[in-house]
Amino acid sequence: MTHWVILPVLLPLIGGLLQLLARGFGLPAQRVLGLFLAGGLVASGIKILTLAQTGDTLVYNLGNWPAPFGIVLALDRLAAMMVLLTSVLALGALGYSNVMRIDEKGSHFHVLFQLQLFGLNGAFLTGDVFNLFVFFEVLLLASYGLLLHGSGAGRTRAGLHYVVINLIGSTLFLFAVGALYGAVGTLNIADMAQKVAAAPAARSGLIAAAGLLLLVVFALKAAMFPLYLWLPQAYANTSAPVAAFFAIMTKVGVYAIIRVHGTVFGELAGDLAWVHMPWVLAGGLVTLVLAALGVMAARGLREQVAYLVLASVATLLVAVGLNRPEALAAGLYYLLHSTLLAGAFFLLADLIRRSRGAASDRFDRVARMQGGRWLGIGYFFAAVALAGLPPMSGFIGKIMILDAALAHPWRWIVLACTLTASLLILVALVRSGSFLFFRPQEMASEENVPLGESPKKPALWIIGSMLLTAPILVLSAGELMKFTDVSATQLQNVPKYIEAVLENPLTGEER
Amino acid sequence: MEVLIATSVGVMTACGVYLVLRASTFPVVVGLTLLSYAVNVFLFSMGRLKVGAPAVIDASADGYADPLPQALVLTAIVIAFAMTAFVIVLALKARDELGNDHVDGEGGKLPDYEEAEA
Repeated sequence: MTHWVILPVLLPLIGGLLQLLARGFGLPAQRVLGLFLAGGLVASGIKILTLAQTGDTLVYNLGNWPAPFGIVLALDRLAAMMVLLTSVLALGALGYSNVMRIDEKGSHFHVLFQLQLFGLNGAFLTGDVFNLFVFFEVLLLASYGLLLHGSGAGRTRAGLHYVVINLIGSTLFLFAVGALYGAVGTLNIADMAQKVAAAPAARSGLIAAAGLLLLVVFALKAAMFPLYLWLPQAYANTSAPVAAFFAIMTKVGVYAIIRVHGTVFGELAGDLAWVHMPWVLAGGLVTLVLAALGVMAARGLREQVAYLVLASVATLLVAVGLNRPEALAAGLYYLLHSTLLAGAFFLLADLIRRSRGAASDRFDRVARMQGGRWLGIGYFFAAVALAGLPPMSGFIGKIMILDAALAHPWRWIVLACTLTASLLILVALVRSGSFLFFRPQEMASEENVPLGESPKKPALWIIGSMLLTAPILVLSAGELMKFTDVSATQLQNVPKYIEAVLENPLTGEER
Repeated sequence: MEVLIATSVGVMTACGVYLVLRASTFPVVVGLTLLSYAVNVFLFSMGRLKVGAPAVIDASADGYADPLPQALVLTAIVIAFAMTAFVIVLALKARDELGNDHVDGEGGKLPDYEEAEA
């Protein structure tokens, strides 16, 4: 048993406590410490990724209690990938908030940031449903604080909606977990998969109801139709680094669907196998179309990017709902792309908003901007990548998902929805880009309109390096697809996961 | 006993859902509290209802109450308590900043796209 598995969970927890102590030394000390902690998390993410590359599911018995009696952490390729992705995104968001001094606007920004990472990494690594609930609560409570960081009436209003709907989600989570426990008598995911497979037919209705109730909870986190209405305003109104970091939050919902439902209601489950899949696919398709309409209707750039996040998570849900290993592998590639690019786009939107002065990021007021050239290049780059145009990574991800969809009975609906949504998103991005960057040139000679602040060089560098992941993802697409392919195969191999978790030797008694 | 517990969970959930759907923040907070009470009782009953059975090992006992839901309920109570405290403070902040206690602010009128301080 290796202790590396728990490091990505412990590091931010201890980091959060250290940040609390570092508060006495002022914000500069907290900024430096935050960057060190995020860098350390990236390093530990790389380490566990190399461990997961062996192909075995590494299981860590907390307190050396054997599963299913104790809580376990389980590390496979997907979990390692998510941990590494989160830490890279966190590094970018934290760098930006340091440069722009976002952390001055309220207290405890750095502490909450570390605790958010603690909750996220815990949720990715845990192998126990109730433990998943606890980590969800940790990450949600930290996210409430981060979302409300700073001030503004719009932020408070959107924050209240976000908090209330997530509290209702937590209650539903407990109802679902309680019902599952009542029906099968276990909370460990691997053991639950076994018990569901062996459950008598008379009980399958109850198990299906509990499982689908759990799906509602994860759909709420993933912002699936009809539970997505909280997302656009919450993301559009919060501060930029928080919005960028929250690009991973919706993916937690998708991850939980893959992990819990993919294992418990996988091929072993008999009558209940894949009971959730039609819902995921249909919900994803409806969300995709509505998100594209939202991108068209957005009144400001940040709201538009929030709807783009929604569209990307909907595409992911479609990839999961197609229920084929190739589609899942393509979806995981798309997940990497969309999380990093959407995060960078939120940061870019913030710079654009600042450089336009009083006009902010609204689409109904023309304004000249400072440093429009680099911002324009960045916008073009991010828009091409997120709209899914060649040669950027969004195109590769989407085309592979659509390719996998061709074998599905719903292929025409999937193709129609995805392509229509892509077209609408493209039109909307072209329109807002020409509004923001071309129209001001026509009024350049007009009287003195006050200009905004010019973008800071380090902020541009951070955004630039995050945007550079798009060509990197394209160039390494072959290697990455091999990786996501074996990840998807590993996820489908439920018996091996069950064996790894339930027959994991305790420390001191090697197998 | 089962009927009584089931009825009380159902009534509390129904009241909670009704209150959560109200338009001002105080009933919403009370509704969330009721929902969390309901789910606590529900979780507790998921280990099956037993009277007078020990939860920890006792040589003379002929049956046990399931101790796991009790631990789950304890965790859920603590978390729900903290969340309720948080949402009350947030509701007060919203009342202060938006000028009234409507969940959307401004008497339910949908706001224009507005500038947030960043």
